[in-house]
Amino acid sequence: MIDTVEHAEQTPDHEQPYADLGLKEDEYQRIRDILGRRPTSSELAMYSVMWSEHCSYKSSKVHLRQFGEKKPETDALLVGIGENAGVVDIGDGWAVTFKVESHNHPSYVEPYQGAATGVGGIVRDILSMGARPLAVMDPLRFGPADAEDTRRVLPGVVAGVGGYGNCLGLPNIGGEVVFDESYAGNPLVNALCVGSMRHEDIHLASAKGVGNLVVLYGARTGGDGIGGVSVLASETFDDEGPAKRPSVQVGDPFMEKLLIEATLEVLQAGLVEGIQDLGGAGISCATSELASNGEGGMHVWLDRVLLRDPTLSPEEILMSESQERMCAIVRPEKIEAFMDYCRKWDVEAVVIGEVNDSGRLTIDWHGERIVDAPPRTVAHEGPVYERPYHRPEWQDALQADSPARLPRPTREQFETTLLELVASPNLASKSWVTDQYDRYVLGNTVLAQPEDSGMIRVDEETGRGVAIATDCNGRFAKLDPYTGAQLALAESYRNVCATGAVPLAVTNCLNFGSPEDPEVMWQFAEAVRGLADACLELGIPVTGGNVSFYNQTGDTAILPTPVVGVLGVIDDVDRRTPMAWGPDGELIYLLGDTRDEFAGSEWAHLRGHLGGLPPKVDLQRERILGEILVAASRDGMITAAHDISDGGFAQAIVEMALRSGVGARLWLPDGIDPFVQLFAESAGRAVVVIPRSEELRFTEMCAARGVPAHRVGVVDSALGPDVGEDTETQVLQFGEYFTVTLDRLREVHAATLPALFQ
Amino acid sequence: MTARIGIVTFPGSLDDADAARAVRIAGGEPIALWHGDDDLRGVDAVVLPGGFSYGDYLRCGAIARFAPVMTSVVERAHSGMPVLGICNGFQILCESHLLPGALTRNDHLHFICRDQRLRIENNSSDWTRNFDAHSEIVIPLKNGEGGYVADEATLDQLEGDGRVIARYLDVNPNGSRREIAGICNERGNVVGLMPHPEHAVEELTGPSTDGLGFFTSVLSSLLEGAAR
Repeated sequence: MIDTVEHAEQTPDHEQPYADLGLKEDEYQRIRDILGRRPTSSELAMYSVMWSEHCSYKSSKVHLRQFGEKKPETDALLVGIGENAGVVDIGDGWAVTFKVESHNHPSYVEPYQGAATGVGGIVRDILSMGARPLAVMDPLRFGPADAEDTRRVLPGVVAGVGGYGNCLGLPNIGGEVVFDESYAGNPLVNALCVGSMRHEDIHLASAKGVGNLVVLYGARTGGDGIGGVSVLASETFDDEGPAKRPSVQVGDPFMEKLLIEATLEVLQAGLVEGIQDLGGAGISCATSELASNGEGGMHVWLDRVLLRDPTLSPEEILMSESQERMCAIVRPEKIEAFMDYCRKWDVEAVVIGEVNDSGRLTIDWHGERIVDAPPRTVAHEGPVYERPYHRPEWQDALQADSPARLPRPTREQFETTLLELVASPNLASKSWVTDQYDRYVLGNTVLAQPEDSGMIRVDEETGRGVAIATDCNGRFAKLDPYTGAQLALAESYRNVCATGAVPLAVTNCLNFGSPEDPEVMWQFAEAVRGLADACLELGIPVTGGNVSFYNQTGDTAILPTPVVGVLGVIDDVDRRTPMAWGPDGELIYLLGDTRDEFAGSEWAHLRGHLGGLPPKVDLQRERILGEILVAASRDGMITAAHDISDGGFAQAIVEMALRSGVGARLWLPDGIDPFVQLFAESAGRAVVVIPRSEELRFTEMCAARGVPAHRVGVVDSALGPDVGEDTETQVLQFGEYFTVTLDRLREVHAATLPALFQ
Repeated sequence: MTARIGIVTFPGSLDDADAARAVRIAGGEPIALWHGDDDLRGVDAVVLPGGFSYGDYLRCGAIARFAPVMTSVVERAHSGMPVLGICNGFQILCESHLLPGALTRNDHLHFICRDQRLRIENNSSDWTRNFDAHSEIVIPLKNGEGGYVADEATLDQLEGDGRVIARYLDVNPNGSRREIAGICNERGNVVGLMPHPEHAVEELTGPSTDGLGFFTSVLSSLLEGAAR
């Protein structure tokens, strides 16, 4: 029997399973207060998904406000936080929109589909702003590389990201693959998408214009993902985890491809007043958000929704998270034209509702009223929590446990140490992963993994383009969440600058443990505060992002992992700076200060140590370093650049040499411990490669701006005979300490992931 | 006269814009063709681009061969119009019986995207005539089902007739029989190629510009045909 509004009024004492749907008692009481009666089962379904942590940001909202309050002055921001994705002006009338989101919990339960639908969801977010999606990236984190469960999760996630993105025709231009014990049982699958549009084509999710029609189009609604939002994303895994398998959504990238083409054509033809993608909370979210953002009212005939499974109940239809669906607001006189485009692309579409100014969202099921609620209370006025937080008691002990106590290698052991780092899962080549992704499709990929940032040409005429990097060292964030978040921003900012682009905007995916644990909540509060302060200081606003809580097993939370994505603009991608150095004789310079900083480093991690204070972050220095890298690219002073981060200077040199296939002679500056020089992970540093003719101009620029520039080497392809090899053999010579062939480095660098996952 | 090169868009085609760009850079005029329309709009040659036509859900290329546009393409191919099928387009040509054999799942079971070295084995087809004999080129390869298979007799015949267009060098990336990366029909006007020449037409975005040779070749063929 259908639980109608009338029935709900007549049966106020009917017991409802609000707790099973993830609602607390006081939240349930608030719904009763709003409605002046008990909710119908359909209303309860809607409120429960929309008030879940995933949809309502109820624990994070009070902290996230800082991104708005501390927003730097910028003219670049066209659409800010709060829409599906922020929009940034990149010049010449072009706008880009980008955002990163998590699909962590589903990807643990069902790696392939969880990761695939993560890509699909973020692509629809970008599409719903009116933009053509251009590229995707995927920051991924897994448990120990050699753990049995990682062998289950990683190949599935990689195949899912590839299977969906490749079939959708979007190049995958970068991301991260990181291993750490804390992600065992809690893999992080974050997905980023970037899209472009002309300024005049920006669309927003609002239902404007009384009498306009609400069209649901795309895939049919099925039983997949029902309750996914509230059950999967808002509860910590326990022993019953796998039993929730059916809740994970199933993706159809072919349908998504058709949906993209049909949507871009109806937008281009001017047939759409407002548009919203269907993701978490499905129809509940789309109808309530559209109504709340527009005239304030909407009526929906729910029985008109096209179904894959005709036995679905109205509650299930409202909660279904079936993929590849969109909702558009269309004027009645334009509906036939809209339907024509859908037919052209074999996309099913149906009018399910109408915009009104009643201030209510009303939903009928075969003539009976099953929902009658103010849409704002569903979409935007959910509960807000000031969760208690406090600095963990163990934080002081953690910070006091400096890596200085670890035995350091002797100079005879430097080579072994380097080989160990180069082959370690976190620093090894990620080709086994990225070779499963199409990086060429659409023909505008200028840089992709393993370059410092992914770069896409936006305008073929002018060469204007964008660069994006994502970074986060969760170990730094554990040692000090405030500084750790700033270091994540600093690194991705530096990566964008290293390729020659000017940073413009920030997105983030804040992955943490349970917000109900005051210590986790402190990590979150500190990370947000650190990130907001740093964005203000670097002058780039946060345009949107995502929070993923409850990434923990039992009482053990993941490393706090605020993944930060920075987007930059480059006026002509032809002048991008790659990481591979050029011909013999070019000079290798190290920019920035190297300190004895090993806390949270890869070297310490390989020794099972995590303690001490993370590297010092100096945002003014980062900004000046960035300006130098961009100016050097613009004025043709450098041929290559590479940021120094995980693994330190030696790792950066190895990555550049392997990318170019040419050896080099390096010498280590006097007055600094060579171990520190080679392996420390101090921030604010980069390696640049300079033709001899530009040396003076470049070093004068650095001196004028107060950035230390040390000449540390020269590209040299003829070192083979010096070390008893033939003339073809390429060699890296690290001063008087050791020499190693590129063949040997490539072998250990490339072998690790295939050996584990092939 | 600028040659008009048609590029078919099926639902799920992905590299159609790339193929159009390659035609333009080579000096031809790209013409968009639609799967549901059997009108070839007076084109002089046709490219079937890469992608996942109809989602590749039944078998790669198996549904696309029944598209109205393919009736016209097959008919014109039989009368000598140059047709190039890239990746999914190669699969469609095999399903349409314009080329022998089939493409199967990569032997290592993973999708693979890599810069692939090839040797041009036949430089007399309509799509390879501008290459030097035995040229070695590098163009992107990206497929999940790119393993070329045919029975031994067919393979022997392809080899004997010089209809193997290109062969993989260094590694066989997908388990193709006899390292075959591309083949042509007897007349040399229909070519199927698993790697992607359209992604190697600009220094900026490709591993090389070696792919341009396929598109300039067909323009040369058409020019010669017009002169005859």
